Amino acid sequence: MIEFRDVDKWFGSLHVLKRINLKVSGGEVVVVCGPSGSGKSTLIRCVNRLESIQSGEIIVDGQSLLDPKFDPSKLRTDVGMVFQSFNLYPHMTVLQNITLAPTKVKGLAAGEAEKVAKELLDRVGIPDKAGVYPANLSGGQQQRVAIARALAMKPKIMLFDEPTSALDPEMINEVLEVMTDLAHDGMTMVVVTHEMGFARRVAHRVVFMDEGQIIEEGKPETFFGAPQSPRAQQFLGKILSH
Amino acid sequence: MTYNFDWSVLWRGQSGLWLLQGLVTTIEISVVAWVVAFTLGIFSGAVRTVSITPLRWLASFYVEFFRNVPLLVWMFFWYFAVPPLLPQPLQDWLFDHGAEFWAGVVALGVYHGARFSEVMRSGIQSIPKTLFEAAVSTGLTMAQAYRLIIIPIALRLIIPPATNESLNLIKNSSVALTIGVAELTFQTRQIETYTAKAFEALTAGTLIYLVLCLAIATTMSQLEKRFAIPGMITKRQTGEF
Repeated sequence: MIEFRDVDKWFGSLHVLKRINLKVSGGEVVVVCGPSGSGKSTLIRCVNRLESIQSGEIIVDGQSLLDPKFDPSKLRTDVGMVFQSFNLYPHMTVLQNITLAPTKVKGLAAGEAEKVAKELLDRVGIPDKAGVYPANLSGGQQQRVAIARALAMKPKIMLFDEPTSALDPEMINEVLEVMTDLAHDGMTMVVVTHEMGFARRVAHRVVFMDEGQIIEEGKPETFFGAPQSPRAQQFLGKILSH
Repeated sequence: MTYNFDWSVLWRGQSGLWLLQGLVTTIEISVVAWVVAFTLGIFSGAVRTVSITPLRWLASFYVEFFRNVPLLVWMFFWYFAVPPLLPQPLQDWLFDHGAEFWAGVVALGVYHGARFSEVMRSGIQSIPKTLFEAAVSTGLTMAQAYRLIIIPIALRLIIPPATNESLNLIKNSSVALTIGVAELTFQTRQIETYTAKAFEALTAGTLIYLVLCLAIATTMSQLEKRFAIPGMITKRQTGEF
């Protein structure tokens, strides 16, 4: 479903992704973890072309992102993304946030889009918030709306960029539950997160990055039980000790 | 002090009619120029924030060229310098149809357009980039993201400085008297010339400008409340601090 082949990326002179090779198959849930500045957010932002790469190739759902005929907007209808900072449209109600892309991009009729939106709000557990503005929701609720907004396009892949990092501890679970449901429904997911409990329970594979490189990848039980690289051992030692 | 006040000059003879005609012309030239300025400003201000380099340069060139020349020079330029370059039939048509009015519209429009552009650009730049990324990551094109998300939010944010700029445009329309547009200041000068009562004539003009601008400022402040984005700092929330 997603394939990185020898991908390199620089921000000016900063080499942020170094020779990345990674494959994610359909229905797989991959958690990407690693210290700040390791390139994990940049990695998933390359998948929907929010970032471009300088060498190598990325193939998403059978099409190369380097193809001259490649259309980022078309790709993004199949790849949903959820951000750390929710990024709901503040001047629109929850319902309008969710129905905007389906009506404007897919040409769905307003009534049909609203029906889909209400089903999704039900699915993320806030059916009563359709008419509310984002400012009047808690962080956890906003993030669940953001997930519903991405799902409204019926994507094949969902990318999560630290979806719970801006949330109060008690709101983290309500978002993780929605993500867990999604994973159980067979969604292909790439999740950048520090939630190691989620990674352990839900991920099929964990990818550990440091300084722009994939240092280690493997099944969660292997990665958490017996990390191979000293860097991963050190990282896990720090974040799991409390 | 030996000055004899005579306020009746304002309603004797043709004064009242002149003031009214002046007010109407001021409103006409301001409204048409405002539409030109606002359109140019919104468009070029938005373009200056996009990642397409040639477009951004073009918009920057427009802003720097048109805001850095005095308005008075633009008035003279569009009235005296440009028409002779036009084909003769167009020139004839223009001078039969109020060339000074249209030159004034263009001068005010391009000058204030450049200034509106900066207001718009700063409005857009106050929106987090990730909001734009969220919009395009749902499949919206860049143009759709601007039209549906970025510009509507920016327009709400810029109401106070845009009001300021709009009021400046109205007041600056008085510069058009230098190319013979019979707007409000032109007419007060005419009353002064006919009656030799400068104080009365200019007081009348001053009050009319004041009332006109206050009415607009009040309307805009209502609009600002009406379109306030929930969660942003607005007047209504100051009680919480």
